[in-house]
Amino acid sequence: VSLVLCWCPGAGQDVGRSCILVSIAGKNVMLDCGMHMGYNDDRRFPDFSYITQNGRLTDFLDCVIISHFHLDHRGALPYFSEMVGYDGPIYMTHPTKAICPILLEDYRKITVDKKGETNFFTSQMIKDCMKKVVAVHLHQTVQVDEELEIKAYYAGHVLGAAMFQIKVGCESVVYTGDYNMTPDRHLGAAWIDKCRPDLLISESTYATTIRDSKRCRERDFLKKVHETVERGGKVLIPVFALGRAQELCILLETFWERMNLKAPIYFSTGLTEKANHYYKLFITWTNQKIRKTFVQRNMFEFKHIKAFDRAFADNPGPMVVFATPGMLHAGQSLQIFRKWAGNEKNMVIMPGYCVQGTVGHKILSGQRKLEMEGRQILEVKMQVEYMSFSAHADAKGIMQLIRQAEPRNVLLVHGEAKKMEFLKQKIEQEFHVSCYMPANGETTTILTNPCIPVDISLGLLKRETAIGPLPDAKKPKLMHGTLLMKDNSFRLVSPEQALKELGLAEHQLRFTCRVHIQDPRKEHETVLRVYNHLKGILKDYSVQHLPDGSITVESILIQATAHSEDQGTKVLLVSWTYQDEELGSYLTSLLKKGLPQSTP
Amino acid sequence: FQENDASVRLKIASLLGLLSKTAGFSPDCIMDDAINTLQNEKSHQVLAQLLDTLLVIGTKLPENPSVRMRLVEVACKHLTDSSHGVRNKCLQLIGCLGPVEKGVAKEAESQAAKDVQKIIGDHFNDQDPRVRTAAIKAMLQLHERGLKLQQAIYSQACKLLADDYEQVRSAAVQLIWVLSQLYPESIVPIPSSNEEIRLVDDAFGKICHMVSDGSWVVRVQAAKLLGSMQQVSSHFLEQTLDKKLMTDLRRKRTAHERAKELYSSGEFSSGRKWGDDAPKEEIDTGAVNLIESGACGAFVHGLEDEMYEVRIAAVEALCMLAQSSPSFAEKCLDFLVDMFNDEIEEVRLQSIHTMRKISNNITLREDQLDTVLAVLEDSSRDIREALHELLCCTNVSTKEGIHLALVELLKNLTKYPTDRESIWKCLKFLGSRHPTLVLPLVPELLSTHPFFDTPEPDMDDPAYIAVLVLIFNAAKSCPTMPALFSDHTFRHYAYLRDSLSHLVPPLRLPGRKLMSSAVSPSITPHEDPSQQFLHQSLERVYNFQHLDPQGIQELLEFTIRDLQRLGELQSELAGMADFTATYLQCQLLLIKALQEKLWNVAAPLYLKQNALASAAAKQILEETYKMEFMYSGVESRQVVIIHHMRLQAKALQLIVTARTTRGVEPLFGMCEKFLQEVDSFQRCFISELPHMQGSFVDKLLDLMPRLVTSKPSEVVKILQTTLRQSTFLHLPLPEQLHRATANIIEPTGESDNPLRFTSGLVVALDVDATLEHVQDPQGTVKVQVLYPDGQAQLIHPKPADFRNPGPGRHRLITQVYLSHTAWTEPCQIEVRLLLAYNSNRSKASTRIPKSTWSESLEALPPSENGIEGTIPFSKPVKVYIMPKPARR
Repeated sequence: VSLVLCWCPGAGQDVGRSCILVSIAGKNVMLDCGMHMGYNDDRRFPDFSYITQNGRLTDFLDCVIISHFHLDHRGALPYFSEMVGYDGPIYMTHPTKAICPILLEDYRKITVDKKGETNFFTSQMIKDCMKKVVAVHLHQTVQVDEELEIKAYYAGHVLGAAMFQIKVGCESVVYTGDYNMTPDRHLGAAWIDKCRPDLLISESTYATTIRDSKRCRERDFLKKVHETVERGGKVLIPVFALGRAQELCILLETFWERMNLKAPIYFSTGLTEKANHYYKLFITWTNQKIRKTFVQRNMFEFKHIKAFDRAFADNPGPMVVFATPGMLHAGQSLQIFRKWAGNEKNMVIMPGYCVQGTVGHKILSGQRKLEMEGRQILEVKMQVEYMSFSAHADAKGIMQLIRQAEPRNVLLVHGEAKKMEFLKQKIEQEFHVSCYMPANGETTTILTNPCIPVDISLGLLKRETAIGPLPDAKKPKLMHGTLLMKDNSFRLVSPEQALKELGLAEHQLRFTCRVHIQDPRKEHETVLRVYNHLKGILKDYSVQHLPDGSITVESILIQATAHSEDQGTKVLLVSWTYQDEELGSYLTSLLKKGLPQSTP
Repeated sequence: FQENDASVRLKIASLLGLLSKTAGFSPDCIMDDAINTLQNEKSHQVLAQLLDTLLVIGTKLPENPSVRMRLVEVACKHLTDSSHGVRNKCLQLIGCLGPVEKGVAKEAESQAAKDVQKIIGDHFNDQDPRVRTAAIKAMLQLHERGLKLQQAIYSQACKLLADDYEQVRSAAVQLIWVLSQLYPESIVPIPSSNEEIRLVDDAFGKICHMVSDGSWVVRVQAAKLLGSMQQVSSHFLEQTLDKKLMTDLRRKRTAHERAKELYSSGEFSSGRKWGDDAPKEEIDTGAVNLIESGACGAFVHGLEDEMYEVRIAAVEALCMLAQSSPSFAEKCLDFLVDMFNDEIEEVRLQSIHTMRKISNNITLREDQLDTVLAVLEDSSRDIREALHELLCCTNVSTKEGIHLALVELLKNLTKYPTDRESIWKCLKFLGSRHPTLVLPLVPELLSTHPFFDTPEPDMDDPAYIAVLVLIFNAAKSCPTMPALFSDHTFRHYAYLRDSLSHLVPPLRLPGRKLMSSAVSPSITPHEDPSQQFLHQSLERVYNFQHLDPQGIQELLEFTIRDLQRLGELQSELAGMADFTATYLQCQLLLIKALQEKLWNVAAPLYLKQNALASAAAKQILEETYKMEFMYSGVESRQVVIIHHMRLQAKALQLIVTARTTRGVEPLFGMCEKFLQEVDSFQRCFISELPHMQGSFVDKLLDLMPRLVTSKPSEVVKILQTTLRQSTFLHLPLPEQLHRATANIIEPTGESDNPLRFTSGLVVALDVDATLEHVQDPQGTVKVQVLYPDGQAQLIHPKPADFRNPGPGRHRLITQVYLSHTAWTEPCQIEVRLLLAYNSNRSKASTRIPKSTWSESLEALPPSENGIEGTIPFSKPVKVYIMPKPARR
């Protein structure tokens, strides 16, 4: 019996900083190292001091795995590795490794340079941190050390997102990170083989939603944009720089191309261009269509989408602008929003979830008058649309993944408690596996039933498999042999060899058993009855009646004597060696049931 | 088999297998040997190979059940082998050879049949996935060979659906499908509850489940099979389109439903808010079953799949299911329309075709039409044309819809002028289908005004023609419409009726007596008389025996003329009339050539007469090839007669040569060749010979023993008399006869601007042609380019250049590469289409019954040297080109 321990400093029943610590067969692995976007103080990072109780992190952790490049999954990485101090390996996929530093740097700039915070990581720290990163390929098995190995699977969601299988011996955990089971315009669907992990740690952002067909959403989106542009209005689409932004860009780009539209599309500059560059490079991580057509034309080389300049916002005429950040809480998107909010011809489309408290959330919940900084009141006349282009798996997708992977236990993270509760029920009911949903800081212990590999000599194996029916994959097979535990290794050897190796003499072990039978007849008649009875039942074995009045069944000896006190009771003496234990005990129980009343 | 090396034994075994495959080899003799060696063999590979050999032997001896039984027994014995390869082969053997006959077989054998199923079934749980796959495949094989599988297998197969290996799952899906077709109505229990459902529904649910399988191969398989499960109840069917949406535990309406509602309430353009897709009613959390609900949303998943192969399969399945269920068609419409926006062109095309196939069952809503029409701007020609075809047969519900369609089509026309023909045709059908919807649009479309005369539109404007085509076709069944026309419209009508008669229907116009009388609205009553006429004229011809030669000739000439005219008038009968006319023409030529008068004249006059005869012979040969290969629907009876005619022509040729050449040497060869041909004719058409009493061949065959022994000069003499005495064979008409035609649309041949290119380099010429009634165009249609210097170039278009827009129709869009040395001035080259033929093929076609003809063609790879000759079957088009000398 072994344990998989799972402690969630950050990603329990909460969307925000993802950080999970898994302890599997003595190995400690940290999954993701995210930060919370909603906080600006210490709470934004997971509490790492708790992990080690002031020990060194490097000693405690065997490795860190980052599933994808979103801030809530790796935002705290430089803080963790440089400021707290961790020197071990950090694993992530190639695209994640490429894009990560750009986003970190960007984020650092906003917090430090704009907000003027001091207690924060520096550019140098980001660089140092990235030096510790080891990049992995999809389906590549990486040996972290002798026992621990990890393997990445495609997860959809964003470019380079991966699910990781962590394996020690025959115990394994799969961590999904964020994933998407429905393919979209630029990414494929998550996929995993039937790896039957002991534990599947799945995100559950959309635990209670089953989404509509994506085609409807796409059509709706395009139609709205098209109508507004034809009316001469401006469309603002607040996005995060990476992920959905590219998806929507491709959608609009192809639509513009097909419909031959002329209205300009802008994308706020800066890190996007760099990021688009990486999208162009990592073609293998995209979906079938882009992979197949990039020879003719790389889909990420946009023809209609140009870089945005602040001055463009005041240009007359229709336009579509993608601006960061996605929740309208600050930056360029908010500036443009303030400029355009007054005109009812314009439109803002929110393509994703908005955290409570942001402007995005306010306008989506129908607020038309907003109080801005400096006590200004902004009246929102423009149309506000919401369209979910989220790349998380919905409930059906989560169930599908569980079906694919066939885990023995499921652990839900990264979602709201109430919703997870529902999904948990469903999973338990559907797959009959136990499902957990730990809160932040809670530790879940999962008992596994690890199999212990044992070496067996070929001769013994062949000999044993030759007996009985053909081996069957679905049924375990019983083998006879001696288990030798020597020099910290297990071996299954034949008894003779074991004796030889250990220098022991062979002992014979014989069981004898007395069975009392009520039978008034003579001894030899009783013996004859027993003989006939056994012969009738044990057709496959050789049952012999020896001249000296005893019966042998294979090598088992049965003798009958009259009871010394009561002549009506006969005592049957059954004796067998240890090797025939199975047959012997069967015989005894058979005889204990008594003889049939009518003898043939 | 005494070899020690296993690999050598392996090779021997495989050689034996090949040997038994060769025809004429009797495999029984080695079978015993093979079985004996099987018993002593140790190497697994050799064992497997031996079993393979036995399999071949078994399949070679289909009529010997005892051998089969024995082989099956051998295979069963080896099923316990530890190597997967051996077990694989055993199962394969059992699958292919296991006894299937029920009625004929005795009790014991039917027992064995059951055993076979049980044996195979046992191996469904084998440890090796390859063996499991082989077991399922063997089971399927048994099914294919007509054994009724037992229902008990169903539950086993269901378990296999959850197998770890994709090939097992894929095969299991197939097995389940087979079972569901076998026992659609039997009842199976649902494990979790006490309910019971029909097996086909259960299987449907299971296969739907597999649409979200991890492996795309399985997904494709599952999606494809879904389409053919037509017995499934509609309740299940409709669930496949519904994912059971819900947010936060509450049921949510789908966007489609919302769209429909908005549409019906008429507030279509109103924007929606963030809470709009807010959940409606609370649903019981226990009732929502996320994945076990099986069929739920299988098609939604399939259509959203990452791999376009799966999407295409799903679209096809949708199509097949929708064809059988109108209510389902109505429901899946939204999804198909959505597929028009797929990112892969093939998928878009497929979904458009699907839509066309089910369009009888559906009426498009305006918002759907909008999406459909948006695709008209697609840059791919195939897509646009498929869409035109679709619009031809869709039902539109409102006049706004028609207007929208027209506007979009005109937009399409200006953007892609090459689509002209296709758009006109589309509008023709659109007009004739929706006369009442077009009626209120007429004033607007013709821009007429009640008080003012509007300027007359330009008659050559394709857009204007398009509008007129729509209106005139609508007017055909709407008599009040012409009242709205202005004067010039009538004039334009007359013009268009003449120039584009296939697009503009005859109209009954008020005040235009000439028009209405000239064009009788009903064509159908005409058909019968003309058919009668055809038969009558043929009767007449066949009875001419008693006429004098002069009379015969005249009669033939008249009949040919009549037939040709008939062909022009009646397009339905054109093929038939042309065919017979050609035949009569041949006969006429033959008669002319054989006129006794000419043959008896003195030697000096031979020359003229010879020339006539040989020309006639040549022409007959050509015509017979045309008859054989250019018409689709020619049956073997006709083929015989055509060949017979050809034989006669050859005889004629022989006679002519005999008379002109002096030496005997060449004659020997010719005679021999001719006799060989007679011989092969006899072999090929042995079954048809009794019908040919009194014909040339009949007589010839009577004389055959004499012919073989006699000298060439005598042969010629005999031929001459038989040829003259032989009677004219009746040509029985086949049911359906169509002449292969081709029409080159592009290049038009009107251009005065030469295509300039540097000599020595190539220039690509776009060729666009429609082919009708061409069988296997990929193999037969060639493009010929004739240069002014007499040089001819034959181009084989790629198979992918042929598209098949409808039955019997093909479209060739290809590029022809031209090149030539420099010319001093531009000159015209001719481009035409040729139909290649090959008489070997024709022989194959006559030996094998007609139904397998196409298959035998596939079997023969169209090789370059397989082409014996070509028939031009399109009008040549002239292209002006100018190769310039290369600049140094």
